[in-house]
Amino acid sequence: MQTFQHIIKDEVGLHARPAGMLVKLASSCSSDISITFESKKVSAKKLFAVMGLCAKRNDEITITVEGENEEADCLQIKEFCEQNL
Amino acid sequence: MKKIHGIGASKGYAIGKLTLCVNIDDHIQKRSITDIPAELSRLDAAKDAAVEALNAIYMKAIKRVGEANSMIFQIHIMMLQDEDYFNTIQDAIKNEKVNAEYAVWQAGRQFSEMFSQMEDEYMRGRAADVLDISKRLIRNLDKTLANGLDCLTDRSIVGAVDLMPSETVQMDKNLVLAFVTREGSKSSHSAILARTMGIPAVVGLADGYSELTDGISIIVDGAAGDVILEPDEQTLAQYREKQQEFASYQHELALLKGTKAVTKNGTVIEINANIGHPEDVSMVLENDADGIGLFRSEFLYMESSNFPSEEDQFQAYKKVLEKMGGKRVIIRTLDLGADKQVPYLDIPHEENPAMGYRAIRICLDRQELFITQLRALIRASAFGKLAIMFPMIISVEEVKKIKEIVEKVKKDLTEENIAFAPDFELGIMIETPASVILSDLLAKEVDFFSIGTNDLTQYTLAVDRMNHTISKMFDSRHPAVLRMIEKTAESAKNAGIWVGICGESAADTAMTEFYVKIGISELSVTPSMVLELRKAVQQIEL
Repeated sequence: MQTFQHIIKDEVGLHARPAGMLVKLASSCSSDISITFESKKVSAKKLFAVMGLCAKRNDEITITVEGENEEADCLQIKEFCEQNL
Repeated sequence: MKKIHGIGASKGYAIGKLTLCVNIDDHIQKRSITDIPAELSRLDAAKDAAVEALNAIYMKAIKRVGEANSMIFQIHIMMLQDEDYFNTIQDAIKNEKVNAEYAVWQAGRQFSEMFSQMEDEYMRGRAADVLDISKRLIRNLDKTLANGLDCLTDRSIVGAVDLMPSETVQMDKNLVLAFVTREGSKSSHSAILARTMGIPAVVGLADGYSELTDGISIIVDGAAGDVILEPDEQTLAQYREKQQEFASYQHELALLKGTKAVTKNGTVIEINANIGHPEDVSMVLENDADGIGLFRSEFLYMESSNFPSEEDQFQAYKKVLEKMGGKRVIIRTLDLGADKQVPYLDIPHEENPAMGYRAIRICLDRQELFITQLRALIRASAFGKLAIMFPMIISVEEVKKIKEIVEKVKKDLTEENIAFAPDFELGIMIETPASVILSDLLAKEVDFFSIGTNDLTQYTLAVDRMNHTISKMFDSRHPAVLRMIEKTAESAKNAGIWVGICGESAADTAMTEFYVKIGISELSVTPSMVLELRKAVQQIEL
């Protein structure tokens, strides 16, 4: 299991567009990917669930990646977060 | 013949046959099914068709309203493909053995409810998107529920309970003569799109909407907000004439794009546009304004649930400056209080808010707020031609204090190695009688004046803008108001600074000649009035 924390920098937070991009990427990975925020844990492959977290700028989210390809998938997700979130 | 009345959301006239869109809410029927796999594959087919259609809309929207306004359709596609949403529909079909239409509608309502209960205003707005995609699925499942817009073959006027943004943007201008809706306001998304696309529209017809029946002939007056049902010959003739006049007038105005507002003796007047949101810039450019004469910064505060950060503000200002590409953009600092309140500002109830704790009074009292906004503004100055304007000034001391704070912010930014333009202009709104009487002294302190005629009229005449009983007395052509404007122009002229008007009466073409004569060199109006005003200036012989 791979896990990392990320502080949201995007001015609108984890809203439709960034959430959509994240979900798209997560769905292309074979690992199980989840996001934890304020005691809620949801699948990163589900748009409504991710948007439902209501994570805003400066909030810290925890991303967990689990599966055969977890290392490579985690790297990809991490890179995406740093560039887009 | 019958006349119903709504809100004029996009001006123009249309005469034609009414096509009423089906209101899905009234037509979804719950049916029991036996062949579950067949129902599931109907659902899959409907989804595939919906995704395909959305992709096409997305491409069309990019061309019509730009990339930023089109992103929503990409989101719609992802929403349609959301597992939770789709599983909820499939589960209902499998477990409750109901038809796909009903299952979709239930899921759509459930998910939109989830969004509408969220605290964040932006998220609440997404509830409409969920309903939008659900309707799309349903229309693919049952063609009899297809929206009038999808199957329009003849040119007609579209009537609907409400129009989703996706429906408005898809409208084929060659087929949709106008639209009328029961819901909606002047600032609803569909109304804004209608204005951008130049389709006449009347929204908010409320109960009057129930008078409409499919196929009748109607007249739409998008300026007055009137809808005339089954007009008689005389009325038809009258509106045909209005329509022709309007068309030739619009054509004439369009020819003025690229020209300047110059009087016959060569005086150049800058015709700018007033905006309240970064998205309005497209309207400014579309109407070929010389610049932005009033960018109200309140939206940043009103759209968020807490004070907007320096970075958020910076991005918004920067975006507008960049899009305006070197044309002057005058941004007014925070003008909250009075009729514009936000809960987090926590202003106690006031007996007389128009004369209360508002605008620059809040900024000078709570300087941390003011400094955040000034930092964002001054940082943005590196990306275009910025001017900053301060509202509700009543004394020279206030202006001196403001300039002190501005200098301090500039010094801080320099120390932090943050770039900004060295020469952005600072100006003040002239909207209190005090500022007019002191205008000779104030003119020595600033680069420009911009007269806010709405408040200036209210304070000069002691007539409350919000009081309907005395609304007839609210007259911005009152001689006392005109003398106030004259005095301001004279002070500006003596001090060698420029003076403009950004209040509503700037758009009053009957006054244009007077303004130009007394030395007003800039008029800032709603984007759709820019060309009309340019024409008025070009006709002036001094």
